[in-house]
Amino acid sequence: MTETTMSTAKPSILRGFDLKAAGPAIALLLLCLIGFLLNPAFLSEGNITNLLTRSAFIGIIAVGATFVITAGGIDLSVGSMAAVIAGVMIIVMNGAVETFGTGITTVLIGCGCSIILGLGAGLVNGLLTTKGKIEAFIVTLGTMGIYRSLVTYFADGGTLSLNYDIRGVYRPVYYESFGGLPIPVWVFIVVSIAGWFLMNRTAFGRYCTAIGSNESVAKYSAIKVDRVKTLTYVIQGLCVSLATIIYVPRLGSASSSTGVLWELEAIAAVIIGGTVLKGGYGRIGGTILGALILTTIGNILNFTDMISNYLNGTMQGLIIIVAVWLQRGDWGRNKSTD
Amino acid sequence: MKTFTKIGALATVATIALTGWVSAETIKIGVSYPTPTHAWAAGMNWHAEQAEKRLEALYPDVDLVLVNSPDPSAQASALEDLVSVHGIDALVVLPFESEPLTDPVLNVKKSGALITVVDRGLSQPGIEDIYVAGNNPELGRVSAEYMMGRLKDGDNIVVLRGIPTLIDNERFDAFMGEIKGSGINVLDHKHANWNRDDGFEVMQDFLSRFPDIDAVWAQDDDIAIGVVAALKQAGRDGDGMFVVGGAGMKETIKGIMDGNELVPVDVLYPPSMIATAMDVTVAAFKSNGPVAGRYILGATLITPENAASFYFPDSPF
Repeated sequence: MTETTMSTAKPSILRGFDLKAAGPAIALLLLCLIGFLLNPAFLSEGNITNLLTRSAFIGIIAVGATFVITAGGIDLSVGSMAAVIAGVMIIVMNGAVETFGTGITTVLIGCGCSIILGLGAGLVNGLLTTKGKIEAFIVTLGTMGIYRSLVTYFADGGTLSLNYDIRGVYRPVYYESFGGLPIPVWVFIVVSIAGWFLMNRTAFGRYCTAIGSNESVAKYSAIKVDRVKTLTYVIQGLCVSLATIIYVPRLGSASSSTGVLWELEAIAAVIIGGTVLKGGYGRIGGTILGALILTTIGNILNFTDMISNYLNGTMQGLIIIVAVWLQRGDWGRNKSTD
Repeated sequence: MKTFTKIGALATVATIALTGWVSAETIKIGVSYPTPTHAWAAGMNWHAEQAEKRLEALYPDVDLVLVNSPDPSAQASALEDLVSVHGIDALVVLPFESEPLTDPVLNVKKSGALITVVDRGLSQPGIEDIYVAGNNPELGRVSAEYMMGRLKDGDNIVVLRGIPTLIDNERFDAFMGEIKGSGINVLDHKHANWNRDDGFEVMQDFLSRFPDIDAVWAQDDDIAIGVVAALKQAGRDGDGMFVVGGAGMKETIKGIMDGNELVPVDVLYPPSMIATAMDVTVAAFKSNGPVAGRYILGATLITPENAASFYFPDSPF
């Protein structure tokens, strides 16, 4: 990872710009070109809006995951966490109808509940990892199972559905646009900017990088390692709750199949974006591109019938590997000048 | 000491007598199925519980034991317990998977119990005495038939499929077989995994890709909910557009009763088939007619006229 950091720091005189950092952007442009060639409707306003809105869920979660992974951790529980938060939000809002009516107050109570749950769930993951001294992989594997079975339990094995009247009030949060962009996209933009600022312009971001590079050295450098690591999980939890707030109004329901594999998509988005899985180097901008790439792949596969439906997973896997290879492989570096 | 032995012996005799009396009189039927993790299975669980209450009230000498298991090996153990602990006279089983449960069910049969298999067949023929299942090819065929009744030559439809499995293939192949030669164009088909979110996203993409779609076969009520949300978002839910799902979700059936034009019908693949299986199994002990055989339930087209008889507001599905 230090090698990557050094090579990106080294100014590339020959090309004038950093090919490796541009890898995800190139991959995304290529995908868009392929999409357009397959069907010009790919670049229609409606499809681009759909794409961006869809990316918002994984994108927002992946911004949080960038912090966790940069600091050397991992969070496998985000998909289940999103499902259980969505479930509890729906239960709380349905319950609040009697007292608070079907107005905006009920929706705000639901959102508040989501944020508290997200922060709380993140704190649990963080404290178990740092104070409990259990590997993050195991802690979050455990909470993943717990949250998933909780949502199944709350839904009695079925589906939790939001009261129809609240749905009318809450619906615009997913479906309405503001200044030409749907609201989920605005949330994604705000979260991305805040994440970029936190990662690149604050001491906290540098601490995350330092801890991910070498935890012992960070500790000796008087960085409060446990606190910073716990905070990364809390940020992750907050991101999950924000993603859930914009997810629930889409279909107004949650079940045990909500958010399945979101954790892996979020991690894939982070890694495609150039963040190192071992920690020590994180790129928020890359993560956003990574999330867009993942959503675009699914979108393009729906736009063509050239590839057998059964091979969708193969295409996704190949593109993820190629996208990461674009920035990790030796192709961008001229070996003789190295 | 002697008194103790006497009391002990007496107690043993009494216990034996008592159990002997109970097993002679009570018909014990074990009902085993996977732990519900999705809405359809939750509906099945509900219907099994309803049937248990109803049958036990009807026949005081029938005792139904409901057991659900989270995975195939747990179900195999549950079957062993039903034989050894409960000494069941009959078993109603919806196997988690065919292969790993064939032997355990065979062992139950060897204990002398009557075997009823529900929905998913075993991998060896001839084990079950009674087989009760929905009809997947028929679900596809009935859906296609309805489409052909509403659409005309040259109309376009899109198809959203389930999770790539045998069930999905059976439904899809039968649908395509029926619609072939009708002049209706199937623009494309994609897997939406019997899931609302995937249904929403796949339908969004179909809508961006195809400017002219006249109807949607969503195959499943969960997918249909996502499809309807995407149609409404794009404002393409008018103009006689309609969506055909399948299964028999209570919300969908309620919509049909209320005259929803976007989802005007549904094709039945009922979670209540477990109740049918329990009824038939009890009848094997109670009826004067023969019951052994294969019961393939119809994939009934649910319309506003008959919807009320498929509507269970208290069921989770």
